[in-house]
Amino acid sequence: MTLATSRRNFLKMSGGVLGASTLPFLKSLPAQAAGKDVIVAVTGQTINSLDLHRKGTNRASYQVAVNCYDRLVSFGTKEAPGGGLSYDYSKIEPELAESWTVSEDGLTLTFKLKKDAKFWDGSKVTAEDVKWSFDRAVSVGGFPSVQMKAGGLVKPEQFEAVDDETFVIKLERPSKLTIPDLAVPVPFIINSKVAKANATEKDPWATDYLHKTPAGSGAFKVAKWMPGEQLVYERNDDWVGGPLPAAKRVIVREVPSPATRRALIEKGNVQLSFNIPNKDAKELADKVDVYSTPIENCMHCVGLNYTFEPFQDPNVRKAVAYSIPYEEIFQTAAYGRGAKLWGGPETIDSIEWPRKSPYYTDLDKAKELMAKSGFASGFSVPFSISLGLADWMEPTALLIQENLAKIGISTEIEKIPGANWRTAALVEKKLPLHLENFGGWLNTPDYYFFWAYKKGHLFNSSNYLNPEIEKLVDDTLHMPMDDPKYAPNIMRMFEIAFEDLPRIPLWQPALNVAANGATDYEFWFHRQLDIRPLKGV
Amino acid sequence: MSPRLRAIVMRLVQAIPVVIGVVVISFILTRALPGDPAVYFAGAAADEASIAEVREAMGLDKPLPQQFLRYVLDLVQGDFGQSVSSGQPVITDLANRLPASLELTLTALILSCAIAIPLGVLAAKKPGSFVDQLCRVLVTAGVSLPTFFTGIVLVYIFYYLLEIAPSPLGRLDFAYIEPDSITGFYLIDAAIAGDWETWFAAFKQIILPAVTLALFTLAPIARMTRAAMLSALSSDFIRTAKAAGLNNTRVTYGYAFRNALLPIVTTLGMVFSFSLGANVLVEKVFAWPGIGSYAVEALVVSDYAAVQGFVLSMALLFVTLNLVIDLTYSLIDPRIGFESK
Repeated sequence: MTLATSRRNFLKMSGGVLGASTLPFLKSLPAQAAGKDVIVAVTGQTINSLDLHRKGTNRASYQVAVNCYDRLVSFGTKEAPGGGLSYDYSKIEPELAESWTVSEDGLTLTFKLKKDAKFWDGSKVTAEDVKWSFDRAVSVGGFPSVQMKAGGLVKPEQFEAVDDETFVIKLERPSKLTIPDLAVPVPFIINSKVAKANATEKDPWATDYLHKTPAGSGAFKVAKWMPGEQLVYERNDDWVGGPLPAAKRVIVREVPSPATRRALIEKGNVQLSFNIPNKDAKELADKVDVYSTPIENCMHCVGLNYTFEPFQDPNVRKAVAYSIPYEEIFQTAAYGRGAKLWGGPETIDSIEWPRKSPYYTDLDKAKELMAKSGFASGFSVPFSISLGLADWMEPTALLIQENLAKIGISTEIEKIPGANWRTAALVEKKLPLHLENFGGWLNTPDYYFFWAYKKGHLFNSSNYLNPEIEKLVDDTLHMPMDDPKYAPNIMRMFEIAFEDLPRIPLWQPALNVAANGATDYEFWFHRQLDIRPLKGV
Repeated sequence: MSPRLRAIVMRLVQAIPVVIGVVVISFILTRALPGDPAVYFAGAAADEASIAEVREAMGLDKPLPQQFLRYVLDLVQGDFGQSVSSGQPVITDLANRLPASLELTLTALILSCAIAIPLGVLAAKKPGSFVDQLCRVLVTAGVSLPTFFTGIVLVYIFYYLLEIAPSPLGRLDFAYIEPDSITGFYLIDAAIAGDWETWFAAFKQIILPAVTLALFTLAPIARMTRAAMLSALSSDFIRTAKAAGLNNTRVTYGYAFRNALLPIVTTLGMVFSFSLGANVLVEKVFAWPGIGSYAVEALVVSDYAAVQGFVLSMALLFVTLNLVIDLTYSLIDPRIGFESK
């Protein structure tokens, strides 16, 4: 049930009491009201579902899972590079669980739920609800189940509701990723009583119902959702998952045109513009507050496909890496937003990731390497980019194309429609030379390598296979970060990756947000807007 | 049955093969689109297994003839299918968005007719005069300015610089609640509810996008009015009427204009159909939740049911539109009977 909204309580909610009043607004009211209590944000994306577990739910909709539902645990907060705040991967904080213990062998996690946690309908949040929600996440298939699997959460038998306030997870093997994986948007806690009441034989997980009507315990309820237009959030005053949000109402309006979004934020008619283009971020920086947060564990890179014969030659791969005009790309495609990922030290000295590769622009060196390779007379190769990501891929590809021509590699840029890109690049992995981007939700280098450097894994678009990497990733993925073997393993991975170069790092992209009348914006790895910490001015 | 009614029924019967053709072609075209919806909807981290799961859930694992049969059977029962991306029945999506597009398009058309037709008539009456030159300038500008550019310029001038237009945030500013849906047209619904506050707010929101679209549709209407009026004014019966000493106004508006109306109405029909298409760009600039942006979004993610539903509803709309135009003909010119067709 979305709450019926009437004029009177629309901007100054009187505790959700419905007065069917038709008091007209005064002309000045919107401007005043959109202050401390009401925040209006604009975004270019459509929120197409209120249920992250549904098949076909898009990325923009993940924000609902975060703003309207609670998880057992959440991440802490830290100062972000590039201004503003950011989630803190190293700090796990309670959300619905007030405490948890891990057994000696690391195989049993026991969570104690907060006693006063209530769903929106006033019913108590019990371990039974948690179990039902976790069962749902591992059973619906698709992305939610894949993400649960990353933390070792695979089947309903692993979850047990011992009593109302005690929830137990049993693991096959201990993993450092399990608890962080409980803080990602996927394992959110649903009011199972409401959901079960609306489930059917054909739809045991109530996906049809929850798609339009969330049933949670989170900081905000959905007051109104008009797909393609807006989502209106209303604060849940009984929220126990964290500090009570400052804003009573947050309105997320969808405005497809970046030019219009820019005018709105500059004028101050909206308080926040989410995920703005790099160019606008650069130009708006001296007019409004702009936060450009480098996205953790995320890289834009050039993919060299190992199935394409010339790229099996290490000299060719390095020649390509030395020919790329990194600085120009960073200024032209990224407008200097984000972090540089080239010109790093020759030797690996830390486990920092994403990190600068040891390569830099040196055409003479690139030509030398080409001369040493088995393809001294050059070759030609198609260079594929996605039309859906043309804003950064196109300028990048053009600049790389120009320099590759200087070392005897002629490329023709092939623009692939967005709907086709994933199939060609990631599923069939058939693009010899292409641009690629992957960001890992769980912020450890081994997690990145697991997805992008292991044979057959989705984001390994280069068909790269190196037995040592395979073993290193398998050994390290679940290993605690304070294990003495952890850092040496990671550094060895870096060494191999920079030697074999299936992916040449370009830069770490930033998520840009402009604020004009709202403060305390916090960056999250899922790259969607978390409205809970926002404050109006 | 009166002859006119029978004629209408006949016309509707004639539309059936058109609709069948549209159903078949839209089905085949969506399947021929690049892109694999199963891959797309399986999400960012999907593996082969979950892609196969989604494919099965969407019924895309079955052979094409079988898929087509299922689609037609659903259609016969009035079921346009489910849009995967919005998770709603396509018919609901269309019902939500079509009124927004129609309201915008019709407002723009009324506006551009109100300007273009008098302008065309005056330009035809006095060729080479100032009005004629003005008409020429407007027509040229209207044809050569791309709609999204006009839209952005208008936003920049009236909202950003002069601050007299409201925020370009779609159909209503966030401070207002949309009126209870009766027709889906905010201006009509608010008027029915007697809620003039909301009516005025909706009116303010529609001005800029409607002007943008009107500028674009002005050109063909004005040009056609001028040409039709010129040929009507130079025809024999007008010379006869003038020779018979009928007064000027009567000649111009009673005889010439009525004869010129036929090509104008034809043009109006065409303008209406292509401005529904041109809407997409205006919708993007003004965050207008219309059918055009819905179709584009659906195309990008290969949401078959939604694309097919869109094409089909547009086809039905045009069949209706053509029927209306034909009826209007017979009202304007009594000589045009349906029987002769």
